[in-house]
Amino acid sequence: MSTTTTGHEGTRDTAQESSAESDAGHADADHSEHEHPSDWAYVKIALILAVITAVEVFTYFETVLDWGSFLIPSLLIMMVVKFWLVATWFMHLKFDNPIFYKMFVGGLSLAVGVYVAALAAFEFWA
Amino acid sequence: MTAATAAPATPGDNTAPGENTAPGESTAHDDHGPSTGISNTKLAMWLFLGSECLLFGGLISTYLLYKTRRGPDNRAIPTDVFDIPFTSISSFVLLMSSLTMVLALSALTRGDNHGARVWLLATSMLGGVFIGGQVYEFTSFLREGVGFTNNPASSAFYALTGFHGVHVSLGIVMLMSLFVASWQGKLRPEHSETVEIVGLYWHFVDVVWIFIFTVIYLVPA
Repeated sequence: MSTTTTGHEGTRDTAQESSAESDAGHADADHSEHEHPSDWAYVKIALILAVITAVEVFTYFETVLDWGSFLIPSLLIMMVVKFWLVATWFMHLKFDNPIFYKMFVGGLSLAVGVYVAALAAFEFWA
Repeated sequence: MTAATAAPATPGDNTAPGENTAPGESTAHDDHGPSTGISNTKLAMWLFLGSECLLFGGLISTYLLYKTRRGPDNRAIPTDVFDIPFTSISSFVLLMSSLTMVLALSALTRGDNHGARVWLLATSMLGGVFIGGQVYEFTSFLREGVGFTNNPASSAFYALTGFHGVHVSLGIVMLMSLFVASWQGKLRPEHSETVEIVGLYWHFVDVVWIFIFTVIYLVPA
């Protein structure tokens, strides 16, 4: 998938450069410092999401195709891909300051930690 | 930053910038944006979304731990009555509302106020369709004997999907507020960050549903 953004705004590296510039005293609200993808790029992402969702629903009808032991890994991979596409393109994590990415991943990591801790508590100490 | 701190407040006021500040207190920051170089409101929204991950992480964990617990009287659990084709359509509707949301932001950013208004309305309507679907789903579950207090599995399911539904409803309220502001001519391209922040919230409820749809509905019990 090619990005339609141009110039330095389209990568996280440049967001870091932007951050460095801010530290140098050129601070400014970052929302005006990056360009968003074109509408057509958003439509293409939505089409990919629609196709993945269709495949996910397709797995439900086992009479059509039995996914066997591949079912759960396939579903989880498709979920992660959809999650990643929405977060990076629609939420602009791909183009924004990397600190937002770290905050979101931090929250997600803590959420996974909550699940692991709860699971362990029920498994070993319940 | 205010112009009053960077320049004399009135034409007759010759007070130099920083003259009335305490010793050692710099006013340099008043001449620029936030020292982090990023928008404070957007930073606050991302912090909020990070904390929301924990809320939904807790609710999803609870459901996954309880999803097969039928209780002492062995009553029906949500997985017995799931209507996957119906929920798939709801999920698709919410997914497409993320597209209309980014198109609203895109339109406003390029100065197309009418387009922004149309996409904002479309987004809130798609959200309304999703909520309508959830109300229908809850009603049919209740009709089939899956009540909120029947067993741990039902309680965890309604708590999780109900909390998500409340989030979507709040998002619709925010979207309609933006729509009304746009209708009154108060939403202009310089307010695009406001729309972007509401959009972040909206996309977040979408990604949470992406997770819920797969883990709760599609992964077999």
